[in-house]
Amino acid sequence: MAEARNEPERGGPRASRNVRVVINSESDIVAARQKGRALAEEAGFKHSSDLAAIATAISELTRNIVEYAALPGEIDLRQAQWLGKTGIEIIARDTGPGIPDIGQAMTDGYSTGGGLGLGLPGVTRLMDDFEIKSRVGKGTTVMARKWVP
Amino acid sequence: MSVPILKQGTYLIAVIQSALGDADLLMLQNDLTEMVGESNVNGVIVDVSALDVMDSFSTRTLRSIAYMIKLCGAEMVIVGVKPEIAFSMVQLGLTLEGVITALDLDEGLALLDREIGKRGENG
Amino acid sequence: MARNDARNQRKSSSAPEKPDELKVELVDHFRKKRNDLRKLWVEQMTSKSLMVGLTQKEIDKESAAIYDTCVSCLETGRFEAAEEYAQKMAERGVLRGMTTEQIIGGMLTLRDVYGRSLAEVYRNDMKRLGQALDVYEPVANSILSIVALAFIQEREKLVAAQQEAIRELSTPVLQIRDKLLILPVIGLIDTLRARQLTEQLLEAISDRRAKVVVVDITGVPNVDSKVANHLIQTAEASKILGAKCIFTGVSPEIAQTIVSIGVEVSKMHAVGDLQGGIEEAERMIAAG
Repeated sequence: MAEARNEPERGGPRASRNVRVVINSESDIVAARQKGRALAEEAGFKHSSDLAAIATAISELTRNIVEYAALPGEIDLRQAQWLGKTGIEIIARDTGPGIPDIGQAMTDGYSTGGGLGLGLPGVTRLMDDFEIKSRVGKGTTVMARKWVP
Repeated sequence: MSVPILKQGTYLIAVIQSALGDADLLMLQNDLTEMVGESNVNGVIVDVSALDVMDSFSTRTLRSIAYMIKLCGAEMVIVGVKPEIAFSMVQLGLTLEGVITALDLDEGLALLDREIGKRGENG
Repeated sequence: MARNDARNQRKSSSAPEKPDELKVELVDHFRKKRNDLRKLWVEQMTSKSLMVGLTQKEIDKESAAIYDTCVSCLETGRFEAAEEYAQKMAERGVLRGMTTEQIIGGMLTLRDVYGRSLAEVYRNDMKRLGQALDVYEPVANSILSIVALAFIQEREKLVAAQQEAIRELSTPVLQIRDKLLILPVIGLIDTLRARQLTEQLLEAISDRRAKVVVVDITGVPNVDSKVANHLIQTAEASKILGAKCIFTGVSPEIAQTIVSIGVEVSKMHAVGDLQGGIEEAERMIAAG
């Protein structure tokens, strides 16, 4: 299901209402997660635990950009629709060094920058769908979705 | 925005007012450790109930502040983490291992009184 | 796109009335034969035991309404009425325990009755029969899928509502005294339920200012590593809110799972049974 991200016009979840936050420094982290929370509320998320999970995931993804990537990076936030479900889609994009071993980066406890190394595996637990594409020397794109329960 | 720190007896109480950026948290770290060092403080309470998120950075920083304060000879209690934020934290894989936590300011003050009272008895 | 439209229009203008004329003919036929065909339909459904649980009055009323709705879909080429009717039928039918076989079987039977009656009318003109089926079949297929979809959706709604009810019933957070909560977990826990359980518990800790929670999992036959992890997370999140968790009734199987996923057992506070757990909790509360 998550494979369809690059072809949003065909088949996969449909996304709309794009909100882009350009990430230049750590001070953009708060803006990104606040916009994400507002969009999630609009998309129909009501439980405070879902809103907290979404805000936390955005915060972690944005932090990865600030800590490891070449700035600026960007966060795209949009509503997603798929098979009668509504949700929120977060796309974090950077032009940083890329991740040589994604399997390793997705393992709890792994870290490249002296952080806690919890970011990516943690985000998979907070969200429903998760997809990562990375090319060494080119950058990394992470897509994460959560559906209104 | 910076976090106001109130002194009450031998306690410092820092009440975070809104969503904080990383720089604000680091400033809080500096302010608190300095104040614990220079005045007669044996207990610190940090109220985080206004925080919208506790991500890896804020958790790590708050934990560091607690350890530093402990090394300065005082106790720190973090109060006011909301249920949904506690849940997001543990899902992300974060804990406040080795840090004293309490539900709110009242509980935190009672806890500090007890902890510091206990210490008084022992030494 | 626009060019296609133009071509279609030209095509239909070269033989303007043909499909419409045929449609009118079919609609007239079905209207004229309404009583016979409807009776035949009901007879066939009855012989296939598709009418079990319905009274004669209901059968007459429903079959007439469905018959007329289908004919008007054919006539107008619009399916809103069928959608609305199918929706209502699904709401009533599913609630009264009608099976999918009954519904789909019934609609398939009606499709056959209409089809055979057309074959009867045009039996001497195969070309005309082919054209008639071209007009009739897409409509019949659309109606079938509308009905099937309505029933599936209704059933999914029902299943979701039941799951929700079961989940709420199965995780009561009990307060047996000041500062002490008990969470008796009974039955299988999946990830979704584990999540809900944690959320409810954390809310309860915050609302009732609990200091100790006894999580009794005597009634849980087994857990997988995901759920075991979740139980540990619950204890950690409770601690952040200032409440300690005591687990009771951990079966040998669950103990094995917890150890095998590499949880630091020293962080978990476990007591043999619920009674012992409550006593331990009382001691902890008294000691502050």
